[in-house]
Amino acid sequence: MLNFSRLKTALVIGTCVLGALLCLPNLLPAPASWLPWRTIHLGLDLRGGSYLLLEVDMNAVIRERLDSLADAARTGLRRAGVARFLVTPLPAQNRIAARIDEPDKLDAAAAALRELIAANSPGGGARADLELDTAADGSFTITLLPAALKERANAAVQQSIEIVRRRIDETGVVDPQIARQGENRIVVQLPGIEDPNRIKQLLGKTARMTFRMVAEDVNPNVSVPPPGVDFLPDESYAGAKIAVRRRVDVDGANLTDARAGQNSQTGDWVVNFTFDSIGSRRFADISRANVGHRFAIVLDDKVISAPVIREAITGGRGQISGHFDAKSATDLSVLLRAGALPAPLTVVEERSVGPELGADAIRAGAWSLAVGLVLVVVFMAVFYGLFGWFANIALLANLVLLIAVLSLFEATLTLPGMAGILLTLGMAVDANILINERIREEVRNGRAPLNAMETGFRRAFATIVDSNATAFLAHIMLFFFGAGPVRGFAVTITVGIATSMFTATMLVRLFMVRWYAANRQQPLPV
Amino acid sequence: MSLRTLLRPLLRPMLRIVPDNTRIHFMRGRYLGLMTSAILSTASVILFFYPGLNLGIDFAGGIVMEARTPGPADFTKLRLAMAAEGVRQSGVQRFGDESSVAVRLEAQPTEAGTQQMVAKVRAALEQAQPGTRVVRTDAVGASVSAELFQKGMLALGISMLMILFYIWFRFEWQFAVGAVVTLILDVTKAIGFLALTRFEFDLVMIGAILTILGYSTNDKVVVYDRMRENLRKYKTMPLRDLIDLSINETLNRTLGTSMTVFLAALPLALFGGSALSGFAWVMLFGIVVGTSSSIFIAAPILLFLGENRLRRDTAAPGKPAAKAPA
Repeated sequence: MLNFSRLKTALVIGTCVLGALLCLPNLLPAPASWLPWRTIHLGLDLRGGSYLLLEVDMNAVIRERLDSLADAARTGLRRAGVARFLVTPLPAQNRIAARIDEPDKLDAAAAALRELIAANSPGGGARADLELDTAADGSFTITLLPAALKERANAAVQQSIEIVRRRIDETGVVDPQIARQGENRIVVQLPGIEDPNRIKQLLGKTARMTFRMVAEDVNPNVSVPPPGVDFLPDESYAGAKIAVRRRVDVDGANLTDARAGQNSQTGDWVVNFTFDSIGSRRFADISRANVGHRFAIVLDDKVISAPVIREAITGGRGQISGHFDAKSATDLSVLLRAGALPAPLTVVEERSVGPELGADAIRAGAWSLAVGLVLVVVFMAVFYGLFGWFANIALLANLVLLIAVLSLFEATLTLPGMAGILLTLGMAVDANILINERIREEVRNGRAPLNAMETGFRRAFATIVDSNATAFLAHIMLFFFGAGPVRGFAVTITVGIATSMFTATMLVRLFMVRWYAANRQQPLPV
Repeated sequence: MSLRTLLRPLLRPMLRIVPDNTRIHFMRGRYLGLMTSAILSTASVILFFYPGLNLGIDFAGGIVMEARTPGPADFTKLRLAMAAEGVRQSGVQRFGDESSVAVRLEAQPTEAGTQQMVAKVRAALEQAQPGTRVVRTDAVGASVSAELFQKGMLALGISMLMILFYIWFRFEWQFAVGAVVTLILDVTKAIGFLALTRFEFDLVMIGAILTILGYSTNDKVVVYDRMRENLRKYKTMPLRDLIDLSINETLNRTLGTSMTVFLAALPLALFGGSALSGFAWVMLFGIVVGTSSSIFIAAPILLFLGENRLRRDTAAPGKPAAKAPA
């Protein structure tokens, strides 16, 4: 017991000092940029802000994929000389079905579809994404394979995260955090944003913009649109519809820039955009070939503007003049700059807290922490005397180390996390109570002071490990299965249990050894 | 007088929770303890089904919004505006001071519906009393709440299993069974307490229950540890006396730790604010239950299970039990 080596002493003290140093960044600004200045982050429930959980609509991803596949199949069949066929996407079964009504062209059709599959398989068909099945009656099905489906979903979520980040960055929110959660969810944390309405609106649009020709020869008031034409609602006139060709001439993905501005003549709000080189060329070709005709600018299946082409537009620049005000023009330009989402996003969970509620929570947490700490310290002093004070010093060291570890990992402190710190403090002294009671018993059993301390520590230690291990396990589970602020609770408690094992045994042991070395003749104050 | 002599009396403990020679025959009260526990747990199970738990929005889904009106809140106006937007009026309540409004609505059938409802409430508030600030919004859709509930239950279940295996691994199986049965009884009581007090059952409450689980296990482990030690030390002492002895020997520690955890949780219950006070009250209740169950439930179960197993060489009744040299 007494041979507490110098090295060990230095290590114990050193750990505590290091812990104290690691706590500093929470109190002071970084003195130099090269210093690793890591701090605890306040959770949104304490600092105020918004938490949004978004879900990527996977059905839409699949539907879109099947639609484009069906389009490709139609083109391929037509090119192969098949004229009478019916291709239908079946999203529920992840496949498209093709019925060929010309029995003599079945082979040509099969070849065309096989070619389509080869073209759609990355890596030269080494690993197929699609599977072609032929039925006896001359119908084909092309199925999206599960692996490909998963990959596609994965890519859609990744891309969504990127777009979400760009859109949020455009709004100027400071320090947003965007992360994937699980298969198809995205967590967005916006510190300091009390009303996330604008962000929700920005994220609620897929913002897929397309430039297509208006089918001027089609009456949009008939009940079923002819093949290749969509009837889309006209944003300018409520209830009106415009017949628009399904073929996309230029896609919004070919935009390089979009800015809100005001038309110099009318003063109306407009969005000015610039195409990239591919977009410029296509737009020039289309406009040259269609002077005098109308084209439609379609955003998320709504026509925002359908102007008449007066002359060929070759500069790669254009202007959208819908019925905008300053805000909607800015929002549209943000959406166009950030790009289209691969699939619609739905907000499935929202939690917003105003900064003053957060401040209230911090105050309540800090008060509870202070009062609880004082109560525990007084209890230990009254019931355990000097050894209780040793435990109290260890308790403070535990608090310091806990904060140090949380800072080191840049953990997030939440209100339940503060409760966790407090409970940790209450439970940490358990180890000292165990040790003290044990030493007292050993003294009563007639052991000499040194022997009693030695035995007390040794015997109590197994119990301390056992009792902490179970609590540790329970809270690790809470961390893995919990969500939101309650994970902060699990974090502080698990870290607190770990640090308390060190302070309550090693540090207190050091104190006792030092004390005994100076007071050999006295009976133990237990 | 020097400072040293002044401080001298502080060196020694001023108080003891129970005197060192306390020898309470706890096992005499084992039937009473088990009966009380059984009755309380049965009542809790009944309370769980009727009236049931007050599920918070984490688990039930729905919308909770808190707003501050610029002046005193005009509820007639607010309710009218809500009705105009198609929001259920009874969801609008006063909350705390006169300018605080709480809006509480159940989950909408679709996720988008929930979001639309949030927007409607915002619009209605702004329309009724311009300048009203929404200071808190919690909107949880049906799919998320179902998932959170599932995960919470999973965390509880797996923790219980891990505790079972840990104790099984460290002690004889009788101890593990005794501990887990007691834990189940503890948890049912905590749930009964929740049902009775109408505290909202949410993720933080799962945290509270897990902490009670961890704390209660910790308590049982300490008593069990002592029993195991005494089983080796007093080879012939009847199990019943041995259990009593072990409980008494650890009584100061059991009560001491309960008190420190209790003292730590108490300020949270008193000034932790609405978010934490429910959590803290459940903790306080759990500490009392967990401590008493170590003595009155876990130990008797061990006595029943272990009577002829843990102590094969028990002296026949009537023969004086010789105390082995320690």
